[in-house]
Amino acid sequence: MNDATPETLSVIIERDLPYAPERIWRALTQPHLIAEWLMQNDFQPVAGHRFSLRADWGSVDCQVVAIEPHTTLSYAWAAYGVETVVTWTLLPTSTGTHLRMEQSGFRADQPQAYQGATFGWQRFAAALEQVVARTE
Amino acid sequence: MPDSHDVLFRTLADPTRRAIFERLCRDGEQTVAALTARAGVSQPAVSKHLGILKQAGLVHDRPAGRQTHYRAHPGALAPLIDWTSQMAGFWESRFDRLEDLLRRMDQ
Repeated sequence: MNDATPETLSVIIERDLPYAPERIWRALTQPHLIAEWLMQNDFQPVAGHRFSLRADWGSVDCQVVAIEPHTTLSYAWAAYGVETVVTWTLLPTSTGTHLRMEQSGFRADQPQAYQGATFGWQRFAAALEQVVARTE
Repeated sequence: MPDSHDVLFRTLADPTRRAIFERLCRDGEQTVAALTARAGVSQPAVSKHLGILKQAGLVHDRPAGRQTHYRAHPGALAPLIDWTSQMAGFWESRFDRLEDLLRRMDQ
């Protein structure tokens, strides 16, 4: 392989929360709780488990990549023809937990991957239509 | 850039125009005549839509004899598909909801 590694980008969100890792872990891994803050889902805390996150604008295809209770959780996240990995890290602190989310794998040339992703395009178009309708 | 956003949104807000663009994305390069056969509007109307799509950079044209062939240029959607900033906004709002949930959970 002599290809240069494609440039990838990440989204990182970090917050210090006044709660023990155990409580946050439940919110991240129990389907009825995930539904309250993220999306409807059929998540199971099992490596390799495939699940989807569903919202009125479409759905995200996911698969659990790694899971270590109360410490780390990562899942593949595929939507609109873009494949990324979402990794949650919980670090206990004196006041609670430092929660970190990293979504990685966005390629700088990603719009090109869009070509032919017609399924994603149709959903995107529908979402766009709604946005446009709201702004008129 | 807001300007390019405006142009793209306005260009794609029209359902007929969007359908033409989708067909070019899906089926590859086509002539105006082939597009008209499936568009449900007249050839002048299709040509007008193609002109607007071309101005927005969403399609490229290639004259060949008496026909002009059009193909999609999805790369022009890049300003709307700045995934990282879109997802950052998405996750910030989800973190807010997560915090709200954590407050309401017992233990």
